[in-house]
Amino acid sequence: MNPPNPNPLPAFRTMDLTKTYGSGTAQVRALQGVDIEVPAGELNVLLGPSGSGKSTLLNILGGLDRATEGTAFFEDQNLTEMTDRELTQYRRRNVGFVFQFYNLMPSLTALENVELVTEIADDPMEAHEALRLVGLAERVTHFPSQMSGGEQQRVAIARAVAKRPRVLFCDEPTGALDSTTGRAVLKVLQDVNQELGATVFIVTHAAATAAMADRVIHFADGRIRDVVINRTKVSAEEVEW
Amino acid sequence: MVNILDTKLGRDLWRIKGQSLAIGAVIAVGVLMLVMMQGLVVTLQETKAAYYERYRLADVFATAVRAPDRTLDRLAQIPGVAAVEGRIIGSALISLPGIDLPIQAQAVSLADTGPPVLNDIYLTDGRRPDPTHKDEIVLLQGFAQAHDLRPGGMISATMNGARRSFRIVGLAQSPEFLYNTPPGELMPDASRFAVIWMSRAALAAAFDQKGAFNQALLSLTRDARISEVLNEVDRVLDPFGGLGAYGLEDQLSNRLVSQEISQLRVTSSVVPPIFLGVAAFLLYIVISRMVQAEREEIGLMMAFGYSAHEVGLHYLKFTLAIAVGGAIVGCLGGVLSGRALASYYQNYFKFPFIAFQIDPGTFVTGVLVSILAASAGGALVLRRVFLLTPAVAMRPPAPPDFSKSIKFGPRMKAFLDQPSRMVLRNLMRNPGRVAGGIIGISAGMGLSVASLTVLDAFNIAIDQAFGVIDRSDALVSFETPVSDRTVYELQSVTGVIEVEPFRSVPAILRHGLRSYRGSIEGLIEEPRLNRAVAKDMSTIRLRDDGLILGVGLAETLQISVGETLTVNIREGRRPVLQLPVVGIAETLMGSPAYLELGALNRALREPGRISGAYLRIDSASSSDVYREIKDMPAVAGVSLKADARRSLKRIMDEGAGAQRFIMLMVTAVITFGIVYNSARIAFAERARDLASLRVIGLTRGEVGFILLAELGIVTFAAIPLGAGLGYYLSNLMSAGFSTDLYRIPASFSPSSYGVAALAIIGAAGVSGWLVKMDIDRLDLVSVLKTRE
Repeated sequence: MNPPNPNPLPAFRTMDLTKTYGSGTAQVRALQGVDIEVPAGELNVLLGPSGSGKSTLLNILGGLDRATEGTAFFEDQNLTEMTDRELTQYRRRNVGFVFQFYNLMPSLTALENVELVTEIADDPMEAHEALRLVGLAERVTHFPSQMSGGEQQRVAIARAVAKRPRVLFCDEPTGALDSTTGRAVLKVLQDVNQELGATVFIVTHAAATAAMADRVIHFADGRIRDVVINRTKVSAEEVEW
Repeated sequence: MVNILDTKLGRDLWRIKGQSLAIGAVIAVGVLMLVMMQGLVVTLQETKAAYYERYRLADVFATAVRAPDRTLDRLAQIPGVAAVEGRIIGSALISLPGIDLPIQAQAVSLADTGPPVLNDIYLTDGRRPDPTHKDEIVLLQGFAQAHDLRPGGMISATMNGARRSFRIVGLAQSPEFLYNTPPGELMPDASRFAVIWMSRAALAAAFDQKGAFNQALLSLTRDARISEVLNEVDRVLDPFGGLGAYGLEDQLSNRLVSQEISQLRVTSSVVPPIFLGVAAFLLYIVISRMVQAEREEIGLMMAFGYSAHEVGLHYLKFTLAIAVGGAIVGCLGGVLSGRALASYYQNYFKFPFIAFQIDPGTFVTGVLVSILAASAGGALVLRRVFLLTPAVAMRPPAPPDFSKSIKFGPRMKAFLDQPSRMVLRNLMRNPGRVAGGIIGISAGMGLSVASLTVLDAFNIAIDQAFGVIDRSDALVSFETPVSDRTVYELQSVTGVIEVEPFRSVPAILRHGLRSYRGSIEGLIEEPRLNRAVAKDMSTIRLRDDGLILGVGLAETLQISVGETLTVNIREGRRPVLQLPVVGIAETLMGSPAYLELGALNRALREPGRISGAYLRIDSASSSDVYREIKDMPAVAGVSLKADARRSLKRIMDEGAGAQRFIMLMVTAVITFGIVYNSARIAFAERARDLASLRVIGLTRGEVGFILLAELGIVTFAAIPLGAGLGYYLSNLMSAGFSTDLYRIPASFSPSSYGVAALAIIGAAGVSGWLVKMDIDRLDLVSVLKTRE
């Protein structure tokens, strides 16, 4: 047994993390004992076929779902023992999310969608600045219905990063986008990782995205098949589509 | 052959069975109300008619002092008269052991030769009296039950001054006495009014009517003109002291029963439409939401090559299955609950039988309204979906467009955080739905304000009538007018504090084409016990040169102060007077016309006569007072204010009271239905948004606020509107419930508004709480994974 490395703490550490849905014959084992340690500040890409467990891991680490067995730590906080209220606070303070379908509030403008987060965060960046970061300084007063998919996804990223999150979880962030827009979105995620130092997780089907990662985690059948440290990472613009 | 779309239909219905059931239930309750209430109105009307017909209730009643039997032939010859019956009626006082006051009764003769031609009785127990046994009587069943009297028992009664014992041989009901009001009172009380049927010979002996009758009953042919018959009957009976013939519509029991039925009709024409309207609204929003959720499947079907027509038909079947299912359940439930209520009414009206029946048109209306409401909701959404290409329809809908929504400047931002802005923009984006919700809730509140106000008004009416307008404790009435010296006799009774004489004579009041059969009340110039009062409850001084009319009577006759009324007095020498109306009195009970006592007696040329007196009694010695008074000669009866008040209160609570209770229940259901369904739908539509907010890190409370603030704003906006509507409805209902026997004052009772508002807030609170539980249970992952 290796003694735990006291400094710096890994961003995440899981032990025998298991998640099952349903019961009896209908039981689905989405995660079957995952052990992983993810250092802070890295850009991680999670690859694997549908149903291999990557989104489930993301959801548990993001405080959206609970594990059936095992433990998961964020720094020194045990996520698996948190109450609902504590999970809410965890998400509120530390976590940013980006989803495939953007999940913006249709009744708020781009700026207001970002302010939704800056109003409740402890040390947020200015909402305008967050939108500038994603290249949408000009469109702050537009409603989601007035924007393209890529623009909506960039607002979602601005919303996720505006709180200066310690971790950014992205579930298929480019899944609904064309290649040009997709690359632009990946670039923003890379910038956030480098400029804010946030640990970033990107779940994707697009294997080429792995080229921009520090660490590529391959999933199969609810387990981690292997973890590849990428020593030749490229800029998002160079990612092949 | 079942095609594949129908299979999908069946599976879809099963998949959303909870929701289908909820919608079906709303429709079912709306249709149930319609079927039940309209069915009851028809049933009561038909039952009444059948009862009247089976027991041959007369169309015309004519009372005289004493008319020889041969007069009947002349009555029979009047054109339009089908049958004639002469009978003897008289008043009686029944003494029962253990009861201080003698009970007033009406003695009615039964033909000695088989069942009477008209006004037969329905024997519930025992047999008819044997003409050869003069002490045999049949007693009104309600009275007998109230005092536990049975065939074989004996009672003692005073008739025409002579006290005798009678043997009860049977119990009966009669269409003539559905509503048993003690004489001089307005409200039925089974325990304080009796009808004694006995053989004609026995009654003729008791009332000196051998070879004569004092009441003629006539039935008419279909084409008879009743007003001409009445005039003819009056002409024939005039020499024999005719008091004026009147038709069935003026017969007290019939009038009260008819009024109850028409009050039920008022309720049945107000409540079910509001309820069905609300059900239609709920149906519309729920179904449109359901079709909206099917958007992608619709796109898919169109992509496969199904025509808009086929897809439309599929969803029409879908909504029809729910609507028709609900309507059928509603019809069945309406029949069942109508039957249950009918037996309650059977007991209440003392019908010997009742057969619940429904106008088939009611079913058609109920089913059609349900179908229309359900299809309208689906059709509007389908139309929008058909405008899209299949490819666009299959994609998740674009975010709803808020670009025309209000922009908040920096100053507003200081006041409104993001959640508040979402609330406001959402409200403004769905003005139709918000307006629907507000209107629905305010309709619910309006109904409840009106029901409560009218309930209050009933109580105010009773308090005013018995506590303010009439301040006496008891009313003594005499069989025939007596000398006003009797006042001194009454005053000398120990325990009597104050005596106020009155004279009451039957009269027909005419103004132009309008007439009213009532009486003229002669009161002393400045009465202190039973008064005519102005709006502010101050006593109106009586005049000897003109009449003071109750406000309801003035309305009935459409007469105002200064105009002249023709008064056809039906007693004594029966003068016809032309009297000006000199004042209008606020009245809640009856429809009185007041004249100064002396003037009335002068007009009758019977000076110093009184028909009775109002008494104020020392409550400590009331039993002694009653004992002494009941032995005085010529006393027809003593009625106690407290008894009359109690029976009035009971009637109000039972009859109209039951209806008001139903209205309150309906209100609660409506309010809860609207608030809860609106909240549920808002939740279903925005579950994704709310889940996203939770993911971002908003707490349950913060997310709950966004959804529930909308609900709160709609609810609070509905309250002032509901109050206004309630004010309007309560005036309408007061007028609808008022009759010429009692008036429900249009009043404003702040507490009704408070209670109704609290009920609304309570219903909204419970709905909000239920939806908040849903928010708390929101499965963040699964909501985010599904597209819409």
